[in-house]
Amino acid sequence: MRRRSTFLLTAMCFGFAFLYVPILSLIVYSFNESRLVTVWGGFSTRWYGELLRDEQVLEAALLSLQIGVVTATAAVLLGTLAGLLLARFGRFRGRLLFSGMVSAPLVMPEVITGLSLLLLFVSAEQLIGWPSGRGMDTITIAHITFCMAYVAVIVQSRLSSLDESMEEAAMDLGARPAKVFLVITLPIIAPALISGWLLAFTLSLDDLVIASFVSGPGSSTLPMVIFSKVRLGVSPDINALATIIILIVTVFVIIAGVLMSRQEKARARDAQRALQTQD
Amino acid sequence: MDQVSDATAQPSGRRPAAEFADTPWLDPAARPFIDVRGVTKKFGDFVAVDDVDLQIYRGELFCLLGASGCGKSTLLRMLAGFEAATGGQILIDGTDMAGIAPYERPVNMMFQSYALFPHMTVESNVAFGLKQERVPRGEIRDRVAEALQLVQLSAFAKRKPHQLSGGQRQRVALARSLVKRPKVLLLDEPLGALDKKLREQTQFELMNIQDEVGITFVVVTHDQEEAMTLSTRIAVMNQGRISQVGTPSEIYEFPGNRFVADFIGSINLLEGRVAYETDDFVAVLCPELESELRIDHGPSVQEGQKVWVAIRPEKIAIRPDSGGALPAGNAVRGVVEGLGYLGSETIYRVRLDGNGDGGAAGGRMIEATAPNLTRSARRAVDWDDPVVLTWDSAAGVVLTS
Ligand SMILES: Nc1ncnc2c1ncn2[C@@H]1O[C@H](COP(=O)(O)OP(=O)(O)O)[C@@H](O)[C@H]1O
Ligand SMILES: [Mg+2]
Repeated sequence: MRRRSTFLLTAMCFGFAFLYVPILSLIVYSFNESRLVTVWGGFSTRWYGELLRDEQVLEAALLSLQIGVVTATAAVLLGTLAGLLLARFGRFRGRLLFSGMVSAPLVMPEVITGLSLLLLFVSAEQLIGWPSGRGMDTITIAHITFCMAYVAVIVQSRLSSLDESMEEAAMDLGARPAKVFLVITLPIIAPALISGWLLAFTLSLDDLVIASFVSGPGSSTLPMVIFSKVRLGVSPDINALATIIILIVTVFVIIAGVLMSRQEKARARDAQRALQTQD
Repeated sequence: MDQVSDATAQPSGRRPAAEFADTPWLDPAARPFIDVRGVTKKFGDFVAVDDVDLQIYRGELFCLLGASGCGKSTLLRMLAGFEAATGGQILIDGTDMAGIAPYERPVNMMFQSYALFPHMTVESNVAFGLKQERVPRGEIRDRVAEALQLVQLSAFAKRKPHQLSGGQRQRVALARSLVKRPKVLLLDEPLGALDKKLREQTQFELMNIQDEVGITFVVVTHDQEEAMTLSTRIAVMNQGRISQVGTPSEIYEFPGNRFVADFIGSINLLEGRVAYETDDFVAVLCPELESELRIDHGPSVQEGQKVWVAIRPEKIAIRPDSGGALPAGNAVRGVVEGLGYLGSETIYRVRLDGNGDGGAAGGRMIEATAPNLTRSARRAVDWDDPVVLTWDSAAGVVLTS
């Protein structure tokens, strides 16, 4: 018993070390005074200041944030519709195909998604002249396609655990379907939508592969800038940038996690109550 | 006296003639308030509701009673408009409901799961229906307060549903569906989620409330005691069909067929053939019994016809067998094989003597109950005692189907 727990403890320590020592060292070195990345020259925040004067990085960050916000919002709108269709419209023709197609982007290799979208954009430009060139628009569209799938899955699972008679009761009391959705369904699934939004935002902020395929000249996202900089050698300002990104992503993931677990708890509580009241 | 217009445009709000005030279904001039005509509902190939005809009158507390899965909820949901009938017609207050959406029907429903809105307070839950009607604010406030008063929940107005007990939630659901003053209130197993004690208490509350608001109630239940207690009339459903419609005592005392007889309460069903008929009674010979059965006249039967005789246990008298000859009919000998003491009464399970062969092989089992009138510790009849069972010719019912 004791041996096993020591073993587990050691394994856990190694695992966590493996995951977090690189990140921690990155954060620590982002406060390094020295220009040489691996030599500690004392504590300083100069690289954060330098970062703020780096036009290229700032531009890329702004672009990434813009794409992230637009992507997350559009993905929530479309994903909610898809989730609603899957959860509420029973067995319509082609439902299986539809649900398969909605979740396909979740398992499709990014390289293939990126490549196929690039082909689509190129041929669309030839055929209908839109999108002219590649840039922010194409990256946003590409991000929406794969983020939407995540939102659809989240919304669908939330809706299928929602008691449908609640919506029927609202309708019975005189609310039309659109009103029912707005004042009953939407407020109840709102936490799922918020966590879907945050998830889509971080996925978009994170993406390097797909963005690389469908971006054009002068439209580099933050991950792309970092990647190209690192290829010229790791510099301390990249450490600072990475630290900031880690911070943002962590905050988002924590918020999404808290929302989801709260919802999960509420659901468990509802289920338990339903059981209690059954007998 | 404008007799012509009176006859053609019979107002639905017409008070029933005084003699039929409590039994509008007996009034030949009454028009049903809810008229279900040949309604069928299929889910794919499965027939959930099968050619149902039902007339429910204004002010009734009507129960749909049946085992789980027999189509009660489906019928109720068709009245509410959540399911479209595959065939047939539903009229409410003279208006055909075909194609009328749930939010436009003059009915409200109380759901089995209550379906309270979890993100709204009790007050907002109750006010929801009135807001949809764009009732002025002040009036909403008054009517919500009144409805909460009716279900004794005024003190809980600001709570959320998850801060209430099961019984309180049930009453919020009731208040929410009553506050719009619908023409008909549909209740799907309204007491199903409550424990036994609370359920019995709530049954009477429900009856009082119905009496107070005067709205027609259609209640779905699988609990026969609940149906018997609550309703003006009961429709017993079986596999999507209506087996019998009647007042609780009609259903209990004069079941129309074997299913209803067996479903409501306990009963002894004896199969036999009609031997002969006199002016006073029908005699039925039953292979399982020694003596013939004599039953007061019921439906017309023919000699030799196969029939079933249904006798309720409480209508059978049990006494120790002191020897001697049995009366000419409606009497059998047997031995007590089982005995259940229920406090107010005792159930005896009596094995009849076989067909004159001394009973070694054993005949069928007959159930009889006797009220425990005194507090004596010693029973007049005990385990393994030989007994005589007798009953009156008015006790049994002849069933032909
Ligand atoms: N939407 C549906 N699709 C398919 N079958 C259904 C549906 N709703 C009910 N049924 C079936 O119809 C039958 C009657 O259901 P219901 O009316 O809910 O019974 P109950 O009398 O218990 O209320 C059941 O066998 C049920 O499985
Ligand atoms: Mg039901």
